[in-house]
Amino acid sequence: MRYLPLTQSDRQAMLAAVNAATIDDLFADVPESARLSGPVAGLPMHASELAVERHMSKLAAKNLSAGSAPFFLGCGAYKHHVPASVDHIIQRGEFLTAYTPYQPEIAQGTLQVMFEFQTQVARLLGTDVANASMYDGSTACWEAIGMARRITRRAKAILSGGLHPHYVSVANTMAKYTGDTLVTAVPELTAEPDTAKLIDLIDDDTSCVVVQYPDILGRIADLSDLAAACQAKKALLVAVVTEPVALGAIKSPGEMGADIVVGEGQSIGVGLQFGGPYVGLFGCKEKYVRQMPGRLTGETVDAEGKRGFVLTLSTREQHIRREKATSNICTSSVLCALAWSVHMTLLGEKGLRQLAALNHAGASAAADRLAQVPGVELVTPTFFNEFTLKLPKEARPVVRALADKGILAGVSLGRLYPGEEALENGLVVAVTETTTAEDVETLAAALQEVLA
Amino acid sequence: MSTINQSGWRPQMNAVEGEAVATFTGNRALMLEEALIFEIGSLDTTGVDFAEAPQATSRLGGLERHRDIGLPGLSEPEAVRHYTRLSRQNYGIDLGFFPLGSCTMKHNPRLNERMARLPGFADIHPLQPIDTVQGALEVIDQLAHWLVTLTGMKAVAMSPKAGAHGELCGILAIKAALEARGEDRRVVLVPESAHGTNPATAAFAGFTVEDIPATPDGRVDVAALTARLGPDVAGVMITNPNTCGLFERDLKTISDAVHAAGGYVYCDGANFNAIVGKVRPGDLGVDAMHINLHKTFSTPHGGGGPGSGPVVLSEALAPFAPLPFVEQQDGRFVLVEEETAGEHHGSSFGRMVSFHGQMGMFTRALTYILSHGADGLKQVAEDAVLNANYVLRSMEDVLDAPFANSGPCMHEAIFSDRGLAEGFSTLDIAKGLIDEGFHPMTVYFPLVVHGAMLVEPTETESKAALDQFIGAFRSVAQRAKAGDAALKSAPHFAPRRRLDETQAARKPVLVWKEPAQAEAAE
Repeated sequence: MRYLPLTQSDRQAMLAAVNAATIDDLFADVPESARLSGPVAGLPMHASELAVERHMSKLAAKNLSAGSAPFFLGCGAYKHHVPASVDHIIQRGEFLTAYTPYQPEIAQGTLQVMFEFQTQVARLLGTDVANASMYDGSTACWEAIGMARRITRRAKAILSGGLHPHYVSVANTMAKYTGDTLVTAVPELTAEPDTAKLIDLIDDDTSCVVVQYPDILGRIADLSDLAAACQAKKALLVAVVTEPVALGAIKSPGEMGADIVVGEGQSIGVGLQFGGPYVGLFGCKEKYVRQMPGRLTGETVDAEGKRGFVLTLSTREQHIRREKATSNICTSSVLCALAWSVHMTLLGEKGLRQLAALNHAGASAAADRLAQVPGVELVTPTFFNEFTLKLPKEARPVVRALADKGILAGVSLGRLYPGEEALENGLVVAVTETTTAEDVETLAAALQEVLA
Repeated sequence: MSTINQSGWRPQMNAVEGEAVATFTGNRALMLEEALIFEIGSLDTTGVDFAEAPQATSRLGGLERHRDIGLPGLSEPEAVRHYTRLSRQNYGIDLGFFPLGSCTMKHNPRLNERMARLPGFADIHPLQPIDTVQGALEVIDQLAHWLVTLTGMKAVAMSPKAGAHGELCGILAIKAALEARGEDRRVVLVPESAHGTNPATAAFAGFTVEDIPATPDGRVDVAALTARLGPDVAGVMITNPNTCGLFERDLKTISDAVHAAGGYVYCDGANFNAIVGKVRPGDLGVDAMHINLHKTFSTPHGGGGPGSGPVVLSEALAPFAPLPFVEQQDGRFVLVEEETAGEHHGSSFGRMVSFHGQMGMFTRALTYILSHGADGLKQVAEDAVLNANYVLRSMEDVLDAPFANSGPCMHEAIFSDRGLAEGFSTLDIAKGLIDEGFHPMTVYFPLVVHGAMLVEPTETESKAALDQFIGAFRSVAQRAKAGDAALKSAPHFAPRRRLDETQAARKPVLVWKEPAQAEAAE
């Protein structure tokens, strides 16, 4: 029990000091019938560091890690190289083991990082302001729908078929309870995103249109007309970015008129981690800031006039407003936001653009190569680092067969859209700077073999 | 889009009034001032080397970015120095005692961090074929087994991303169960002493929230609660141990009454640290309870997240658990997602997050749990409760302790501002503790106590550390009672003096702007 510093004699001295004969005297308010006498039955006793490390390492070894295989998965989580110094910095105890900065005089480190993060995010998304992070992209997305409802006082949200199906599921779950009406669709295996259809659907009851950029198949649509159509009907345009690296190469949704831009920040600084923890990005136009969920850091001065930072606008939050709170979010993802911010600072404008260019060039080459495999068709003429292939047969078993060969080939649309027959031959392939030409060749050859 | 200020570091004369020596830079030896990345970085600097991108035809649909984004870069040494300097302006549990009540700041073992970074856990994709992630699913399954066993419950929903998200999960499970029964119950009862997230959660899920008062001894008023039960009450949300630091003795009686009236019991498990291994909430009739893995099972707070809030569920609520979840079938682990759910989990209320929850936190929590074992976890609760009572009894002659006679406190001790000198408040004590080198306790919470101070020592503090804190706390409290004017302007020795929060809220500055631009916006 190496984490417990009290010695047996400490315990005796302290029991005497609090006037208790035994430790169970301090649990006197627990009804006798509910008190456990010994350790909970059926669970093992404490173990040494070595024994625990051995146990966990064995479990880890049962997984095929992305770095040890040709790897092509995306769809909301991306494998990028994270500089070594990022992990070093987030492991500094002053960052890792700090609490929410409620005492700003001794939390300026976290607060300044949050302020820098907010500025970086706002600039990247093309919004006026951004918050200090959300749980992840999917929860940021449904919070954006709720925010649009509060602003427009309308409850009908139109969701693009190109929006990540898990994000749609999360929004559906919440809508059952919050009273939002969602208009949803599934994507079609076509070259064109569904922008025109979305424009037709906007009416006077519409709170917002939610569109992913690039979308779940990798397609990139100009959002300007959609933004104008939303504005004409006083609805909001919510854009969702699941691969922020893309914004190093293409215009941001904010620049094209989106009112709220949310994103999954995972691909910068955070790592795959089997789905979490991730970091939700959330930016919006300045006029909506008081309706924005999540934590905010603001600049101010101290009693000597020195610049400093504090958590601000907390009057929107649950710990003050209780049942009138803007949302029930009570935390953010600060450590992941720190990793994101450090990685972004290391990249800078120049590095982000180089990274984006590498991703796009690699994906272009891979798309061309894979489209040469007999029977395989490239569905998406525009894309950033992720594109969709149509296979001559169902993609799910193909992905499994390739996994048996040690290749993680991509995400089959059959897994994301069970029961949608029109999509079951679709395979979404992501390529990043970590993908080598050899990886692509390995996949192409194996795919040809499996399809034959 | 603004360009980035290239003027670099701007020296400031920061003469502090009453201090004889000013420095040219504003730095003071090891206490270094640090500018913002926007003031020291440039658009042409990068700390990452990339291979040259091959020339390729753009397929970006004519949306190529032309304008600058405005992201400053730093070289690697500059970046490491920037963040290291900032880190030194932060207090963390690694630095010293962190007695935040209800927040449970305990030592974060570094083994947890090492295990979470094994490539087999850190470098796997949430949508990889199931056969390539059997070890990860086994981690989830093992942690789930510990959580249901320690709580005496039927099932656990692993995906909620934080405590408040877990509350939402529990409340949605209750709502789904009521719907399955065909009942439209609209009211959730929330005792005054509950966390502020509880009423926010219930309201968010469309319920009407009604407060239930606390008794003078700091517990739920059972008579008032049972009197309010009826066919319109969906359930109660209760915190146990509660926010007054006390165990709700009558929880079983309350649960029985709520169940008899057709409702469900939600327990806020934020304070599970005090009873882990000693009491199973399932034995007290709880239907749903979230567990903040970061609090009880030592995953780091990270400056305010990420958290993780799995929710244990009773037999009555288990069928309504959110997707996805892990099951064993024919000797292998499967992940039940939408596609298979219809077959045998048709009652699930749906999906709460895009993937499977906070895997990185599960790895850390399981590592911690295995290190402690069932015997160690029981010791955790005992030491936490002993430490809290030690603080309570060492302070009650100096500070008002409103519930000192309500029975032993659990893992946290509560004090009020009664008896401080005219014009002195809880905040002055908090800021005084900063000068003594401690992070202050939780202040002004719970709301039922005027000028509340909630002290939670946790089990990872030694007696020597507690004695040092108690000495400092007594000294600061006595100064506040004596009206020591110097305390009003504390902290004197922190990287910043008291910060103007009113100005920050009145005219929010949430992003950095080029000074000229900022002036123009005035």
